[in-house]
Amino acid sequence: MNNILLDYEGPLRTRMGACFPGERAVFRGHDLHADLKDMDWIALYAFGITGRRYSPEQTAVLHALWTYTSYPDPRLWNNRVAALAGSARSTGALGIAAAIAVSEASIYGWQPEFAAADFLVRAYDRINAGESLEAVLQQELQLHRRILGYGRPVATLQVDERIPAILARMESEKIAQGPYLRLAFDIERELSRLGRRLPINYAAVVVAIPLDMGFSPRECYLFLLPSFMAGMPPCYLEASERPEGATFPLRCSQLHYQGPGRRRWQQK
Amino acid sequence: MNDKESPHSIHSGVWQEEAELDNPFTAAACYCRGYDVYGDLLGKIGYIEYLYLLFKGERPEPAVTAVLEILAIALANPGPRDPSVHAAMAAGVGGSTAASALMAALAVGAGSHGGAREIFLALEAWKKNGNELAKWRTALTSPAAPTRLQVWPEPEHPPGFAPYGNTCAKPVRQTLSHLVAMMPAGHLAWLFQERDALEKIAGHPLAMTGVTAAALADIDFSASEGEMLTLLLRLPGAAAHALEQGRQGFRQFPFFELDLENDPGPAHPKERA
Repeated sequence: MNNILLDYEGPLRTRMGACFPGERAVFRGHDLHADLKDMDWIALYAFGITGRRYSPEQTAVLHALWTYTSYPDPRLWNNRVAALAGSARSTGALGIAAAIAVSEASIYGWQPEFAAADFLVRAYDRINAGESLEAVLQQELQLHRRILGYGRPVATLQVDERIPAILARMESEKIAQGPYLRLAFDIERELSRLGRRLPINYAAVVVAIPLDMGFSPRECYLFLLPSFMAGMPPCYLEASERPEGATFPLRCSQLHYQGPGRRRWQQK
Repeated sequence: MNDKESPHSIHSGVWQEEAELDNPFTAAACYCRGYDVYGDLLGKIGYIEYLYLLFKGERPEPAVTAVLEILAIALANPGPRDPSVHAAMAAGVGGSTAASALMAALAVGAGSHGGAREIFLALEAWKKNGNELAKWRTALTSPAAPTRLQVWPEPEHPPGFAPYGNTCAKPVRQTLSHLVAMMPAGHLAWLFQERDALEKIAGHPLAMTGVTAAALADIDFSASEGEMLTLLLRLPGAAAHALEQGRQGFRQFPFFELDLENDPGPAHPKERA
């Protein structure tokens, strides 16, 4: 019998870690309570994903990437899930876990962020190999119709308020803009020159900065998973404090029906 | 508030409500695709028919209902070895909330290895290749290289086929036979006829996901509709197994062993003693 699963029976081989209850815990080859005991949680989270350590200044910027996109606005679609969970008297874990999963949307959140990271890496490699940015953009538009990370579902033509904030924070932490971030802004300018008024949004910036710190696109994606989370518990909590069901109540008449007319189910 | 002027309406072709005269927030009548759910459908419509009505907007033909009845049973419980059910049991055994058990089953059962994403991809393949062996040959032997990364990991085997199978599993063949009997023309019938050829081209035997996708293609489900329905239909087994493990307790549930390849050993002197 030739089956690769046979090779994976028995103890699960791992290099990521294990707990030894009553004794210790190992995290990527280090004793969590000895070697890593003073590590900042964000730095530990990034270490868990990449296996690499970051300077306090880099960690501060990585942390700020999350901070500046933590909006406790229950109208936002992912936050609304947390708020509705509170309103429906579900648990905090269920509401916030679902809201995080919902953040993997196609018009905001992690799908565009992942795609933006992937495009920045591909574009950077091709430009380094001698292609023009214009040619790279034209081909990408032809292939995928959109350049994710540019334009925004709400406030499309305005400056994304998170970008100046994170640039200022980078400056105060003395973290220079790296090649991926510079490319992200070059793309905005080139798109404008090509007649496409698509201002850069946070998706491009929020991945360009970790890419410049050596993250891969998938590592960026995993790092950013909790990035909206701080805005969610407030939405859950306030909804929990309103009367049950009183967050975004909807009248029957607020269902605007557009389907088939009234009919009866004829028994066959 | 004047109802008619509300800019905050939900637009839907699925559902309509009439309010009770004394309360605008309570429905006196609910209409699904034009049918009065509580005043007409209850007692007349079967669950599978209602499911189809919700998804597709019309009542199903008898053969379509029969296909969905078979699929609903074939998919309801992939069994406790399936990763999605395993995930639900891991929730159940620890006393996690019921919803978390199903969320775990959905999350794990969403992927491209035996999960709903595989159905999505297989449905796209049916749409693209139809009943043309030459097209399947090209798609299976020279799959298009991904043009970009996305949140979904790249599939590691041809969607609809079993990556670790040697021969087509009996339950897969049994399910296919029953479905073909209900839908004797179309993708299922062609799959039944060309299974050997397709398996040789794919290098893997047909999987339940492949049969499911063919059936859903035959009843005109889009890739997105098929993905969603599969997620739904696979939940009953996850629920039953999560409840069972919750009753039995963690001592009867495997905890497995790890082989930590880079164990630094105890760090503190007292641990070394």
